[in-house]
Amino acid sequence: MNQGIERYLAPQSLDQALFALQELGEVTLLAGGTDLMPQAKAGRAKFKRTLMNLRGIPELKGVSREGNTLRLGALATITELLHDPLVGEHLPVLREACDHFASDQIRNAATLGGNINNASPAGDTLVPLLVLDAEVELASRPDEAIYRRRMPLSEFFVGPGKTRRAPAELLSAVLVPCPAPGHVARFYKFGARPALDISTISIGLAGVRKNGHLENVRVAFGAVAATPLRALATEEALEGRQLDAQTIARVAATARQEVQPIDDLRASAWYRQELVHNMLTRMLEHVAQN
Amino acid sequence: MSLKTEIEFTLNGVKRRATVPVEMSTLDLLRDVVGLTGTKYGCGEGECGACTIEVDGLTVNSCLMFAVDCAGRSVNTIESLAGEPLGERLRAAFVEQGAVQCGFCTPGMMMQAAHVLSACGAQDDKAIARGIEGNLCRCTGYKKIVEAIAVAGKATGA
Repeated sequence: MNQGIERYLAPQSLDQALFALQELGEVTLLAGGTDLMPQAKAGRAKFKRTLMNLRGIPELKGVSREGNTLRLGALATITELLHDPLVGEHLPVLREACDHFASDQIRNAATLGGNINNASPAGDTLVPLLVLDAEVELASRPDEAIYRRRMPLSEFFVGPGKTRRAPAELLSAVLVPCPAPGHVARFYKFGARPALDISTISIGLAGVRKNGHLENVRVAFGAVAATPLRALATEEALEGRQLDAQTIARVAATARQEVQPIDDLRASAWYRQELVHNMLTRMLEHVAQN
Repeated sequence: MSLKTEIEFTLNGVKRRATVPVEMSTLDLLRDVVGLTGTKYGCGEGECGACTIEVDGLTVNSCLMFAVDCAGRSVNTIESLAGEPLGERLRAAFVEQGAVQCGFCTPGMMMQAAHVLSACGAQDDKAIARGIEGNLCRCTGYKKIVEAIAVAGKATGA
């Protein structure tokens, strides 16, 4: 741990927080703390000169519906998402990922914004949000007014722990379009035990079912590359094709080629590719039969 | 020479103040600043649940929570269960069912058990096991722990 924190701030409004970020530049942001604390203790994250606790910012909280879009506040905890009626009704695939997230104690503290900004290739909410076409809202206050820009989540991740968020910006919310009727979405996470495991791989799959095929196909993988990955070649192999054994075999083979996993203590690259191939096959067969 | 800040929070029902380094964990605040050592340091990274406490009605790993984040909140530790009806039922059930071996996981286990029974309304062994999946018992005495929690739950009539 370094000795470097010189200032602690706990802003009570988005305006206060953004003003301070604009003035101070490099700031360590604290939300649930469940990633920051162990990373700081292990020396993997260095504290910046200012530690800013975001908890008191009401604008970052809660889940709401704005027209056809769900707005998930960055401070929404995984437990809140798990029990939120709007999430349960419109985004069951996100709810399922929250159900597989760590443990009760961690779900009670960890926030959606934290999971996204931590930018782990294995982040549990990221894969379902990618197949749901989620966007991040980034707020800043370069002058007297608050500016909000939106960016597809698929463009947000640069590498492990690295995103396109600028130092003076806060991730204020995640915006998810309410899926259309006929929308199917699946999430699969493989870990050695159900609780508290970092994904060996995870797979997200979504599309609109029409006459035995899927349109608007989205496929995403976790823990198989430096960032959570939208698998464009795999999507193309599936888009609009009759969901039969031949298509499923071709899609799964494409996916195996498209992912670029590494060997680490959780699994070898080869095993991850096998998991991607076999579990995607199983998911597609399940979609085809239901 | 790290930066310190003063916080005010409610601990086991009593308002109090503390001056803490801003990077300190709530676990260190409880054990080293306040002197309540019932909450245990197991892994220090949220994997084992030995440091489980309740904050604003929800259980969290105190090793992962910044002490400054206690400001303005209501924190309950294992010490708060003593004399409480549910806490006493859990204590009796843990003893009667033999749910304690080395005992190191027990405070965190009982805090999570109280939460699982009261807030989550767990009824059966499956829900109880799911509820304590963030708590490790290195003696692996899970069967008796789950049984003890179930007994305490039945005794509450919850």
